Amino acid sequence: MSAQTILPIDRDSVTRYSAGRQEPEWMTSLRTEALELAGTLELPKLEKMRIDHWGLDRYGDPLPAGTRALGELPEAVKELLQSEEHPENLLVQWNSGAVYTSLSPELAKQGVIFTDLESALKQHPGLVRKYFMTCVKKDENLLTALHAALWSGGLFLYVPKHVVIETPIQALFYVDQATARFSPHVLIVAEAGSSVTYVDNFVSAGLEQKLVHNGIVEVIVEAGARVNFASTRDLGRQVTDLTYRRARIGQDGQMYWILGEMNSGNAMSDTTSLLVGNGSLSDTKVICMGTGDQQLNLTTRAVHFGKASSSDMITRAVMQDEATAIINGITKIEKGSTGANGQQTEKVLMLSPKARGDANPILLIDEDDVKAGHAASVGQVNPEQIYYLMSRGISREEAARLIIKGFLAPVVGEIPISKLQERLHSLVERKLES
Amino acid sequence: MANSPKFTIDGLKATVEGKEILQGVSIEIKGGEVHAIMGPNGTGKSTLASAIMGHPKYEVTEGSITLDGEDVLEMAVDERARAGLFLAMQYPSEITGVTNADFLRSAMNARRGEGNDISLIKFIRQMEARMKDLEMNPEFAHRYLNEGFSGGEKKRNEILQMMLLEPKIVILDEIDSGLDIDALRIVAEGVNKMRSEERGFLIITHYQRLLNYIKPDFVHVMMQGRIVKSGGPELAERLENEGYDWVKEELGIVEERVGLDPEEEFKVPMNTTAPKH
Repeated sequence: MSAQTILPIDRDSVTRYSAGRQEPEWMTSLRTEALELAGTLELPKLEKMRIDHWGLDRYGDPLPAGTRALGELPEAVKELLQSEEHPENLLVQWNSGAVYTSLSPELAKQGVIFTDLESALKQHPGLVRKYFMTCVKKDENLLTALHAALWSGGLFLYVPKHVVIETPIQALFYVDQATARFSPHVLIVAEAGSSVTYVDNFVSAGLEQKLVHNGIVEVIVEAGARVNFASTRDLGRQVTDLTYRRARIGQDGQMYWILGEMNSGNAMSDTTSLLVGNGSLSDTKVICMGTGDQQLNLTTRAVHFGKASSSDMITRAVMQDEATAIINGITKIEKGSTGANGQQTEKVLMLSPKARGDANPILLIDEDDVKAGHAASVGQVNPEQIYYLMSRGISREEAARLIIKGFLAPVVGEIPISKLQERLHSLVERKLES
Repeated sequence: MANSPKFTIDGLKATVEGKEILQGVSIEIKGGEVHAIMGPNGTGKSTLASAIMGHPKYEVTEGSITLDGEDVLEMAVDERARAGLFLAMQYPSEITGVTNADFLRSAMNARRGEGNDISLIKFIRQMEARMKDLEMNPEFAHRYLNEGFSGGEKKRNEILQMMLLEPKIVILDEIDSGLDIDALRIVAEGVNKMRSEERGFLIITHYQRLLNYIKPDFVHVMMQGRIVKSGGPELAERLENEGYDWVKEELGIVEERVGLDPEEEFKVPMNTTAPKH
């Protein structure tokens, strides 16, 4: 792809937006530098898939948000938020910015910060600057550069040393206007010895034309901290979902990714854990269902730097209709990471002859005293199993549903939050019915 | 007697992978009756069980199967089950991610028709009672279907299903294979408990031992893909004591097995030179 990239935005729009939001100068510079870089960078080169025709210029305009009362939000949103009057520890982004944020007083007292990123820039500029775009760098490729230039919305979750948060912190990103920019940045920092569970949901509705979601998630897990990060994606056909997620894990830190990729449009995601500290741990679980003529490119990655670091990545995908999925698992063990243990499993279940599922396990090992393993399989529903279930009176469709849900169960069953399990179950049902 | 089922197989012929295995099987089973089919290996016993249930690999080429006058061959596998047929399989499938309890409940609800699901409490009570009868570890309910089960545990799980689904015609395909004496006793008790005027049994077995525990009313011998001899329980005893050769002689059968490849027949090597190394 030649470098003659036509950018979806110009420098003036970027500076105007930044000024309008009263962003600190360093952020404005970051944006403009990123935009310049974007002019020289290319799209990421994906295995066996070209994304340049995915409508990558539809970024929309960052509409002003403004706070709303929960009652003013669309019905669909209210349904997604379990019928509480004033739910705590929740952030709702509607189109380009946050409209509702709430942090319980007990957590605020302990120094926990949970706000939309734009407010965080004003209230905690030093902290944000310390971490923003440090895990995912703006010069990695065209997409990361564009994100750095045009991001809007998102959130900042900061947990001070040794603070253990039991209740999950939740966020909902809801888009119903295709002309609105929807490219949030999620920044989570867990200081040494802290622990937090974060759960978010991306939902779209009623979009009449294509829209790009170019989102980045950065999680910094300091020594001995633990972060559980769960995210479900339920974006419609019109949305092109491009997501980079990256965690940097310090000594004895633990990172748990649980992802439900249930979009209806094209999607590319890259979920990477950098196991920097000795004894660091990363556990990634992904389920995905491809339907219609979706094209999906999912990458899970673990890079080992620290000694005795360990990683495990499991992806299970069900492919229907004419959907295509390229599923990559990359375990990289750098020199010096002695005693590392990196495992991965990719399993694809094909439900239709026109669907396509590629499972690509890759082990890149530069150190001797390590353990690494992978398992990948692509297969169809076993007709013997269908026969067995039918021989007990269960219809063919119900039998297939049981087997498919059973295929995803080892991942869905591991989700520690029952409401999220239920939500994923209902998303699976919906995708099967379509 | 109104609920006494009548199951008729007439002249059934079936092929698998192009080979003709069943060569005209005829048998009638009424409610209250226990029929045993015995025979040496390779004579078509398991094929009969699979063909009755409708396994996709087996193609029926001739004959009929009716249950209470209804044409079974016209039915899909799940319809046959809902009509009242049950096959306890020789090699039950393992299905990951589906718990035994969920599976049992789905199967029971499939029989009860739309909107008539069994209540959770009633289901659990029934399931636990039957599991106790079969001396099954209650934890099995929450394990994935047959996953990690030993052969004997899988067979007991088949009987558990039979007891909960209350079928009209039960076919047991070598339910005794791989069972030790204690498991055999437990399985036989489970089967005997289910004997009634409203239920007929077809027990396919290689060894007579099972029939000491489940006394059959009729015993049939299968050879060459057909039933070649029928009698009462004493026929089973004679087979146990004398084997099958006398039957072959009586009927002039040389090769009792079906579906063999020509190469499988043992040929005496005619050359007299030593093999070269």
